[in-house]
Amino acid sequence: MQPFTTLTGIAAPLPMANVDTDKIIPARFLKSISRTGFGKNLFANLRYREDGSENPDFVLNQEPYRKAEILIAFENFGCGSSREHAPWALLDFGIRCVIAPDFADIFHNNCFKNGVLPVRLPREVCEQLMEDARMGGNARLTVDLERQVVVRPNGEEIPFQVDPLRRHLLLNGLDDIGQTLQHAPAIDRYEAKQRATQPWLGA
Amino acid sequence: MSERKPRTLFDKIWDAHVVETLPDGTALLYIDLHLTHEVTTPQAFEGLRAAGRKVRRPDLTLAVVDHNIATDESRRTGITDPESRLQVETLEKNVQEFGVPYIPLLDDRQGIVHVIGPELGRSLPGMTIVCGDSHTSTHGALGALAFGIGTSEVEHVLATQTLLQKPAKNMQVLVEGNLAFGCSAKDIVLAIIGKIGTAGGTGHVIEYAGDAIRALDMAGRMTVCNMSIEAGARAGMVAPDETTFDYVKTRPFAPKGEAFERALAWWRTLPTDPGAHFDKAVKLEAHAIAPQVTWGTSPEDVLPITGVVPNPEDAADEARRAQLRRMVEYMGLTPGQRLQDLKVDVVFIGSCTNSRIEDIRAAAAIAKGRKVAEGVRAMVVPGSGLVKKQAEQEGLDRILREAGFEWREAGCSMCLGMNPDKLKPGQRCASTSNRNFEGRQGPGGRTHLLSPAMAAAAAIAGRLADVRDYQPKEAV
Repeated sequence: MQPFTTLTGIAAPLPMANVDTDKIIPARFLKSISRTGFGKNLFANLRYREDGSENPDFVLNQEPYRKAEILIAFENFGCGSSREHAPWALLDFGIRCVIAPDFADIFHNNCFKNGVLPVRLPREVCEQLMEDARMGGNARLTVDLERQVVVRPNGEEIPFQVDPLRRHLLLNGLDDIGQTLQHAPAIDRYEAKQRATQPWLGA
Repeated sequence: MSERKPRTLFDKIWDAHVVETLPDGTALLYIDLHLTHEVTTPQAFEGLRAAGRKVRRPDLTLAVVDHNIATDESRRTGITDPESRLQVETLEKNVQEFGVPYIPLLDDRQGIVHVIGPELGRSLPGMTIVCGDSHTSTHGALGALAFGIGTSEVEHVLATQTLLQKPAKNMQVLVEGNLAFGCSAKDIVLAIIGKIGTAGGTGHVIEYAGDAIRALDMAGRMTVCNMSIEAGARAGMVAPDETTFDYVKTRPFAPKGEAFERALAWWRTLPTDPGAHFDKAVKLEAHAIAPQVTWGTSPEDVLPITGVVPNPEDAADEARRAQLRRMVEYMGLTPGQRLQDLKVDVVFIGSCTNSRIEDIRAAAAIAKGRKVAEGVRAMVVPGSGLVKKQAEQEGLDRILREAGFEWREAGCSMCLGMNPDKLKPGQRCASTSNRNFEGRQGPGGRTHLLSPAMAAAAAIAGRLADVRDYQPKEAV
């Protein structure tokens, strides 16, 4: 996993609540057996018209947001299906940070496994950041995970909270399977106990 | 373990599965059953292969195909869509290479992963169950801790049979009293989501309790737990009781004889202790719930069937007004329009929410002796090959076919717009599935969520209809 330390880039405003994972990547595009290539279908139903042409009203079809690396949205971002294809699609498009008042649990979790940082900030702050983002190409935001701040174009710093363990894994790009396998003896002990107390499992 | 502090059902299952607690409070949680399907596993198996890792416990893993497959006769001659075929073939190759038990497409036991787990007795009370699918919450109906995970976590479970998890908060949803005439489990869960909202359960595990929940059969409990994720909760649970034990007892993979008695003794200790702490609690009166139908593009936008389309301009703030305007436009509605006047093009009875034998019986009871309205495509998709077989033994397929319903093969079908069963742009569908998101059943499709009986009534009426006006003509 690519580490996430600090990111300075264009932010795209998506002033919608309940952005579900079917919206982020519709199920018909989940047929790939790879982790990459989903970016072209990110937000497909909003981004393209029925004939396949671009919908000029959608933010990611507008300059400078075609190169957005940060997305700002409203409440309950990533609700719905558990598809990890949602953060894969964001990442493949080039978005490595989503800022919203809150996130659905599974999506939130999936982001951290892929080097995408979800940042929770109050709605008023998200609205303010959307205003910043609407100023266009020169209005870049910085998201600094090391210092846990979002830096507005005017230099103002907005602190955010993040789970310390997840921050550590993200800053260092660590694969948590490797970490867990260090606990293999404890897993062995648990299984031995389980075989004695619940012999019907896996029988 | 502090045994004296009163614990919830969730606390007890959690405590029993903690392998180790890390310094920051994250637990390494043991997983008793890992269900897998073709869509969310290829990248996980690929990850194992790349790292030279094995599946730690193939015996605690089960694979099936459900999302990508056709639900008509064409499945017998092979999958036509090349990408879908590759995904299914990839699963078949992976289960062989890694030694994972697999139920093939043409096996009678094939079906939707959340239908077959309980049906086969692989899902049991007290277990931790995960699957790369958010509707894994379904299995919580058995008194298990069951939740959906992403593909990276699928790989983690395959490799280690554990997950790194922070404990969730406890939420109780009490549904007291008796359900009113014409209402079912689906109406209960839609009413709950309408009350607490789609983020009402975020960060929590919901335990459903109260007489109305106790009175539900296992299928009904599965319907309620299934849609916990639509309320933002990763898991929903119902404490195991005699209804649960009777259901489990005869299942092929359930423990037998002395092992069953031993398991039962443990399962009986699982219900929440009196005085256990819930971080959040909500109460509903069952008798006040009328047959529900969603009108918008989020499951929380739900109303009694007697309702009218809301006026976006009545909303409190501009953000909500904008959201409602978009919904009204997308759904092709007019504020003030009666929901019962909305004509439907398609009726879909199926999905992991409502495709069990009880759901098909409920639909057939309404359909018997009636005809699907002209111009309506109505389909019934059993949740598994075994459900299909049983329905056919009971003659339900004949009743439904005679009424003009399509009787199909098991799979996820039109719930998610991934396989050949999809809505066309602009089509309005009365659906027993779980999500009414924009484009969920196909780009431009318009979904109204409701119960199987309400869906059958809509098929007969050719519009959204009040099932209380369409009671059975004769007993099925």
